[in-house]
Amino acid sequence: MSMIFGVPLAVLSGQLLIGVINGAFYALLSLGLAVIFGLLKIINFAHGAMYMLGAMVTVIMFDVMGVNYWVALFMAPLLVGAVGVLIEYFLLRRIAGQDHIYSLLLTFGIALLMQGVLTNIYGVSGMRYSMPDLFKGGINLGFMFLPYYRAWVIGIALVVCFGTWFMIEKTKLGAYLRAGTEDAQLMQGFGINVPLLISLTYGFGVALAAFAGVLAAPIYSVTPVMGSHILITVFAVVVIGGMGSIGGAIITGILMGVVEGLTKTFYPPASSAVIFLVMVVVLMFRPAGLFGKEA
Amino acid sequence: MTMMKKLLTSAVASAMMATGAQAAISNDTVKIGYLADMSGTYRDLAGPNGLKAMEMAIADFGGEVNGAKIEVVSADDRNSADVASSTVRRWVENENVDLVAGLVASSVSIAVSDILEENDRLGIVSGSAASSITNEHCTPNHIHYVYDTYPLANGTASAVVKEGGKTWFILTADYAFGHALEGDVTRVVEANGGEIIGTLRHPFPTPDFSSFILQAQASGADVVALANAGADTTNAINTASEFGLTQSGQTLAALLLFLNDVKALGVEAAQGIQLTTGWYWDMNDETRAWSDRFMEETGARPTMIHAGVYSSTMQYLKAVEATGSDDAQTVRKQMMNTPINDMFTKNGVIREDGRMVHDMYLAEVKTPAESKNEWDLYKILRTIPAEEAYRPLSESKCPLVNK
Amino acid sequence: MSQSFDSTAIHQAILEQQKADGRKKMLLNAVLVLLLVAAPFVLYPVFLMKILCFALFAVAFNLLFGFTGLLSFGHAAFLATGGYTTGYLLTNLSWLSTELGIMAGTGVATLLGLAFALLSIRRQGIYFAMVTLALAQLVFFFFVQSEFTGGEDGMHGIPRGHLLGMIDLSNNFNMYYFVLAVFLGCYLLVQRIVSSPYGQVLKSIKQNEPRAVSLGYNVNRYKVLAFVISAALAGLAGSMKSVVFQLASLNDAHWHMSGEVILMTLVGGMGTLLGPVVGATFVVNVEYHLSQGALRDWVDPILGGIFILVVLAFRSGFVGELQKFFKKNLG
Repeated sequence: MSMIFGVPLAVLSGQLLIGVINGAFYALLSLGLAVIFGLLKIINFAHGAMYMLGAMVTVIMFDVMGVNYWVALFMAPLLVGAVGVLIEYFLLRRIAGQDHIYSLLLTFGIALLMQGVLTNIYGVSGMRYSMPDLFKGGINLGFMFLPYYRAWVIGIALVVCFGTWFMIEKTKLGAYLRAGTEDAQLMQGFGINVPLLISLTYGFGVALAAFAGVLAAPIYSVTPVMGSHILITVFAVVVIGGMGSIGGAIITGILMGVVEGLTKTFYPPASSAVIFLVMVVVLMFRPAGLFGKEA
Repeated sequence: MTMMKKLLTSAVASAMMATGAQAAISNDTVKIGYLADMSGTYRDLAGPNGLKAMEMAIADFGGEVNGAKIEVVSADDRNSADVASSTVRRWVENENVDLVAGLVASSVSIAVSDILEENDRLGIVSGSAASSITNEHCTPNHIHYVYDTYPLANGTASAVVKEGGKTWFILTADYAFGHALEGDVTRVVEANGGEIIGTLRHPFPTPDFSSFILQAQASGADVVALANAGADTTNAINTASEFGLTQSGQTLAALLLFLNDVKALGVEAAQGIQLTTGWYWDMNDETRAWSDRFMEETGARPTMIHAGVYSSTMQYLKAVEATGSDDAQTVRKQMMNTPINDMFTKNGVIREDGRMVHDMYLAEVKTPAESKNEWDLYKILRTIPAEEAYRPLSESKCPLVNK
Repeated sequence: MSQSFDSTAIHQAILEQQKADGRKKMLLNAVLVLLLVAAPFVLYPVFLMKILCFALFAVAFNLLFGFTGLLSFGHAAFLATGGYTTGYLLTNLSWLSTELGIMAGTGVATLLGLAFALLSIRRQGIYFAMVTLALAQLVFFFFVQSEFTGGEDGMHGIPRGHLLGMIDLSNNFNMYYFVLAVFLGCYLLVQRIVSSPYGQVLKSIKQNEPRAVSLGYNVNRYKVLAFVISAALAGLAGSMKSVVFQLASLNDAHWHMSGEVILMTLVGGMGTLLGPVVGATFVVNVEYHLSQGALRDWVDPILGGIFILVVLAFRSGFVGELQKFFKKNLG
């Protein structure tokens, strides 16, 4: 068997594929952050909490009302998006125009609050959510066993990512959105309800996080603290990609999934730190990230 | 110097005992502090329900000892050694707390036992896993009650090797607890004729285990052992079942699993996993009766730690009653001299290093067909006798032992 | 009336006012110092020392954030580095007197601060915050991996030792007055820095960096120096903390600690001298008292609520809002 740095090629291919799958997941999460920062200049530290909420809502809806996975895939992002709209309308709007740092602190507070309340209600051991029957099992690729569900995750995540990018960068709605956030008064003059647009954008951003949460529910243990672990990593992805760059977030997400996957193969203890190393190095040479425009 | 002081105080205490039992309970109050993680990662295995268990013990004891009242204070340690140490310092230096119980995160337990030794009060560690707590970190002022990494490795690893799992791959959480467990497992596996063919240290916490599970599969080992805890373990088990690890003929051995973890996993994902536990709620009539009362109070079945908190509080109060004193050394000595026989254990003994040694159990998670309800999770395969389970005193690094 | 007479009178009046303000401030400071000196007779000294250590940490952070406008999201790294270094040295070198151990911890934190500064200072705004965060995560990783820190178990049993080889610091009162003296010294130092010409440049950088550049200041040099001083003081706070508690743990290095110091500074009032001290006192007390009482299980959500409330309702913090109030009503 051929070896690369002492690792069999088959194992390496498996790790690369896993890296891409996790990367697609990161892409989905960082995409929402990038949308929120790029269009609204809000540093959303509640993003991890929204991801958690998406997963929790999925489990709770199933336990209480028997709502199945496919319905949850739409319902959970919708509900969490609505929560996002409320948060924007009642809280974030009041600090619009202030330094970015205040949005960071405010959303960090929101995250602590949601996490803490849910911990007291549901505990931290995790909630059980069964894999939908359709996805049970997997396929043997020769170099690894690929569960069907992981294949679904990568497929749907890429579709949603691309769709979002297309909508914002290539459609009229996206153009309004970008214009509305750049020059609110002008767009208001054209008869567009900018405040509503902003609320909806925030709602959409967190709905993307919630969507990732639904995808996570069958494979990761669903707990109120699941978002806090992933938040910092996802932030690093967005910064490396260039804050606010939609396409950058997607590409970097996948890239970082692969980098992390390789680290997990060659030096596992560093796999949680490697992204920060990449971030320091990237920002040294490209101050606004890989795909960001210099301010 | 401190040793001398302790001898003196215990001598004074015994002298006072002779003159009148009441006089030796300071302030006519036995004050117990319950310190645990109430809001973080370890909340469910001890946490608020552990406090309930302690209150049950006090109520069952009658709410007072020899006419002195029993008071409870409690705090969230936030899994932080300095929050814990400032709380306990204030408890012992300003509020006359006699006993500190609960104690989950190992950093918290070690920090607290240092303070207790300095002030000569007593601590009972129920939640921590680190066997170092009664080894290099032992003090004459604390007792480690429920379990530690030594029997965890001993019970599960030796059983699995004997069933034919000769080659092992260990997934280790990359911090002190994981390293200790990995070391203990390696020793047990090799002693029983097995072989470690690979270890992998993963960051703590790790949200996604797929890469590590894949590497474990590629290793071709008979057994994949998880030397981690909490969400890491449940995530790893979930991912292992998703990637068909057991279907491809490998055995999964989880070294530390609590009842709440197994409940979170569900029997479908966790079925067949072997684990070592210090206690299980559904072992006999006595444990069931107590667990029913606990469930009425809390809405959940008790973990071994909840049961341990109840049992150790009871033992402590009995010792205070018998000696008529709340002096740490007097009470600890009495507790050491009294074998423990209650719903938690039969013939449990507290050794001079502070380790409470008792029978442990090798359990297997039931299959969905066997499990009758959401808490019907284990079947007990074997009792691991106390003397076989825990680190023998001959291997101890605790200075209290050789004297 | 002549123009010149008028302006002299006004000038005179302003001077008078400033003098009166100065006197008032001095009186206030004197009262505060007296209170601090008397405090351990009433309150628990170890708890007071905890507050002082965190207050120093927040003062250090505020020098950078409040006065220079640089948001570091990695200050936990300095706190932890100071603590671990001092702890390691005092534990392993029995001849080392405590103040030398603390100085060594501070020194290492200062060097780390210099490294951070050189790597991050050219980045602006949120990118600066993120680089410092990333660097701090790498430092955290180093501490997790290193044998000497005791990993998750932490470093325990650090001896308090003797000050100058003479004064026994295991006595809580001795320890307290030592910590208080260091704290007051640092506070005065920061006060001097802020009101010095150098401090004026820092403030002008915060207000308008391009203008400061166009005035010919080497802005980056100023920023690096501010960062290094801030890191040194944060390291000092960590060093003292490890001696006070006789332990150092990973919590100090975690990014949550970097978040906590932001909260302290913001609650008290960023860009004010007293603000961080008030903020640290408030946050440490809230955490402590909540974790003891009936609301024990609700510390995190309540802290979250405080974050939200502060950002929405009083962004200038306690001290900042009070200052505004006095200016409006008494000025």
